[in-house]
Amino acid sequence: MPKIEATNDFVVKFANVNGSGSASANEMFARSILRMGVPIATRNIFPSNIQGLPTWFEVRVSGAGWIGRRGGVDLMVPMNPQTWDKDVASIDPGGYLFYDSSKPLPPSKFRQDINVIGVPLTEMANSRWQLPRDRQLLKNMVYVGALAALLGIEQETLQKLVEEQFAGKDRLIKPNHEALKIGGDYVREKLKGACGLTVKRLDKVGNRIFVDGNDAAALGAVYGGATVCAWYPITPSTSMAEAFMAHCKKLRVDSVTKKNKFAIIQAEDELSAIGAVIGAGWNGARAFTATSGPGISLMQEFIGLAYFAEIPSVIFDIQRGGPSTGMPTRTQQSDILITAYAGHGDTKHILLFPEDPHEAFELSAMAFDLAERLQAPIFVMQDLDIGMNSWLCEPFSWNDSKLYDRGKVMTYEDLEKGKEFGRYLDVDGDAIPYRTLPGTHPTKGAFFTRGTSRDRYAKYSEEGAVYVDNMQRLLRKLETAKKYVPHPIAHHAKEPTRYGVIYFGSTSAAMAEALDVLESKGIHLDTMRLRAFPFPDEVIEFVNAHDQVFVVEQNRDAQMRTLLVNEGAIDPARFISILHYDGTPITARFITKSISERMTLLGAARREAAQ
Amino acid sequence: MTYLAKPKFRHPSLVPNKLGFTHRDYEGSISTLCAGCGHDSISTALIQACYELDIEPHRVAKLSGIGCSSKTPDYFLGQSHGFNSVHGRMPSVLTGANLANRDLIYLGVSGDGDSASIGLGQFVHCIRRAINMVYITENNGVYGLTKGQFSATADRGSKSKTSVNNDAPIDLIGMALLAGATFVARSFSGDKHQLVPIIKAAISHKGSAFIDVISPCVQFNNGAGSTKSYDFVREHNAAVNRLDFIEERDEITAEYEPGTVQEVEQHDGSILRLHKLHLDYDPSDRVHAMNYLQQHHEKGEVVTGLLYLDPEPRDTHAALNTVDVPLNSLGTRELCPGSKALEGINDDYR
Ligand SMILES: Cc1ncc(C[n+]2csc(CCOP(=O)(O)OP(=O)(O)O)c2C)c(N)n1
Ligand code: SF4
Ligand SMILES: [Mg+2]
Repeated sequence: MPKIEATNDFVVKFANVNGSGSASANEMFARSILRMGVPIATRNIFPSNIQGLPTWFEVRVSGAGWIGRRGGVDLMVPMNPQTWDKDVASIDPGGYLFYDSSKPLPPSKFRQDINVIGVPLTEMANSRWQLPRDRQLLKNMVYVGALAALLGIEQETLQKLVEEQFAGKDRLIKPNHEALKIGGDYVREKLKGACGLTVKRLDKVGNRIFVDGNDAAALGAVYGGATVCAWYPITPSTSMAEAFMAHCKKLRVDSVTKKNKFAIIQAEDELSAIGAVIGAGWNGARAFTATSGPGISLMQEFIGLAYFAEIPSVIFDIQRGGPSTGMPTRTQQSDILITAYAGHGDTKHILLFPEDPHEAFELSAMAFDLAERLQAPIFVMQDLDIGMNSWLCEPFSWNDSKLYDRGKVMTYEDLEKGKEFGRYLDVDGDAIPYRTLPGTHPTKGAFFTRGTSRDRYAKYSEEGAVYVDNMQRLLRKLETAKKYVPHPIAHHAKEPTRYGVIYFGSTSAAMAEALDVLESKGIHLDTMRLRAFPFPDEVIEFVNAHDQVFVVEQNRDAQMRTLLVNEGAIDPARFISILHYDGTPITARFITKSISERMTLLGAARREAAQ
Repeated sequence: MTYLAKPKFRHPSLVPNKLGFTHRDYEGSISTLCAGCGHDSISTALIQACYELDIEPHRVAKLSGIGCSSKTPDYFLGQSHGFNSVHGRMPSVLTGANLANRDLIYLGVSGDGDSASIGLGQFVHCIRRAINMVYITENNGVYGLTKGQFSATADRGSKSKTSVNNDAPIDLIGMALLAGATFVARSFSGDKHQLVPIIKAAISHKGSAFIDVISPCVQFNNGAGSTKSYDFVREHNAAVNRLDFIEERDEITAEYEPGTVQEVEQHDGSILRLHKLHLDYDPSDRVHAMNYLQQHHEKGEVVTGLLYLDPEPRDTHAALNTVDVPLNSLGTRELCPGSKALEGINDDYR
């Protein structure tokens, strides 16, 4: 029997039943590896359900530091009989099946080309504990203990994690320690050397943190000065609003009065949520909502108004797979066009694309500056993969000398000094007008906010020329926006090449690994990671500097490519789309394979073609 | 503050109030509504009320949806910021504005189409949330701006020039009572003496105040078959009380039948003196109010007056425990936890 032998480079996948308490045990397993200084990447694959349906948790162990999804499974832990067959089938040849051997299973349930490791988990848990709840939860810890022993994960590290997790509920520490030991002892006695996968202490984690993007973006909103949050629950954005609440309770309560420097309302729907954000933005508070595709579609009218009336607002779109009865708990990058052109009439918006939780924090905080500077809605385009999975990333940092950019707001003093005020006047030549906030001055600076039926001084007008004048200024404002938004990150291949690749968002991690593999195969690509729309000029220059440009994205219709073709007036034939949209995060293997195949066809990878 | 030297001879509209503002300081642009439209009378009543209350015009924020009624904020309080938002969604915009700055007076202006048709959900939820505001519907039973289709407040059997309404009406007053509004009144755009004190009382009410004002559309719904016409409302107006709004308690000088005058002190110290016209009507009893309204509506009466008042209203900001200063006045120093706090947070994620 071939046995996959690997140290710090393999994938473990758990199959569980939703609501069975496995999530915290699995998380502890993952964290113990991290504590040993070995980088990991974890991904939850879960259904739209609270209890009973299958869920999976994937842990990629990568001493090399790859944190994208690799694809494939080396060690499978199928704890859910419903999905057993599919789970067993997903193991790479030579891989391992770790299962609960309490009940005998017919040979037809196994495969010849994998290594089977049975541990009587239920039996051991049932003989030790009496209460059904204890048996269920502690069985999870028994398998963690057994797996740790199989893979060489330090027992003390796990014990310490248990102590941290149950700090304050100290009576739970003992049974959990015991469960770990029961599982570990069984393996040490009966299964020595059964598994060729090993975790070995490294020093590759450094000061990095392990956090999910929604938590990070919520913290970014706190640091970015958001005071008003209005939202309506929708997976996968809900945990962002909830995290904002949790962070605010710790960081935003006045120490003297114990009163809140924030206001959060759970609106009755997304229309109301975005309406409240726009009302608050109009009135000078930094406000945001968090939602997903279906919510964005409900918000369209308001987003259009915010564009025309130039109202600062921030919208977090945690993208998922389509409609409510689509794949609400699966990841995609499929709201690009609906957000870029959200609204009615001629509109175009500013989108930001964080690549991981670290950047989600940064761009989240930045979004509030951009919204007020540019007097416009700003979309922070996360996705479920970043938003709801914990990622290993650089720690958050903050520059204390930085003050919020509140944009062009005329004060009482400005008005008092007699500065001319026209709400839609382009005074500085950057197409960004000045605004006043309600209640500023008793006799100066008030105006009536409307969509477009007004002139530069906000006086009622439906004149065609006045409308065109305003619409042209809005276009020029978007040019100004290009200077403020985060610029793309370009990277030159080791060797000169006529090929480029464009990618963005959560694809980044898998892309880094794919590029490494491609390079080793002699396929050289210049790269550009987009971080914002409208595209700064260097994006179009990058495309024009290459014969062919791959655009890697996680949707069916090549939405980013459409945007590039459209906004850059580029010949569509220049682009080759690499599209992944089955709801799981894109993998390095997928990218590598797709690009290699295309390159072979293009006759470009001469070395590869020769093989 | 502007100081106006008093000229010797003054036009009545130039008599300054306590703050030195004249009536004209509360006016807005010239109305573009049809001559005789009820909505214009409501604008006039709003101007009068703000003038008499000595409100600094710029401390008011006017928000509206879409419709002829929603255009009116342009026609009063020209020194106030206004926001003509989207159809049926003014309540959410007002909610957000109120969260951002608790110190302004929020005036929401809407129509019956805006609030009872497309925006019924937002109307109810905004009131549920106990936003400190005055919410006025200028109720004509039709969509004026889209040329006279029936709205959801039109009574069953109402006739317009071209059609008959077969659907049951939505009673915004009943909705507001159910949703927990703490000040609920109905009035008529043609009765300034009733309307102005009601608006004043609503503004001084520190909670969710709702006023449904029957406001005839002369263009599309003022005919014989309409229950929202000038004639119909004049004939069927059943005012349960008349209200005096007084800033401080003063002596009752006029003679009244015993039991016909009731005084209620509001949270801000202002006094509402109610002259009871229907002795059996009790505006402090919400359930009674709902029954009374239903019974009299069945009889074809349009019940007007101060219908319900809770002198100790709730306010969203109290429930949210927000700081006393407006959230929009907080800056980097007050809001940003800084890099030191971030170190500890990073540790939690290791
Ligand atoms: C989303 C949307 N749908 C439809 C309209 C068209 N529309 C404009 S005003 C109006 C009705 C307004 O009726 P009401 O609120 O009663 O105001 P009135 O004109 O009667 O004062 C409608 C349907 C719109 N502006 N927006
Ligand atoms: S159409 Fe009706 S509601 Fe509109 S302005 Fe004319 S009278 Fe008033
Ligand atoms: Mg109407």
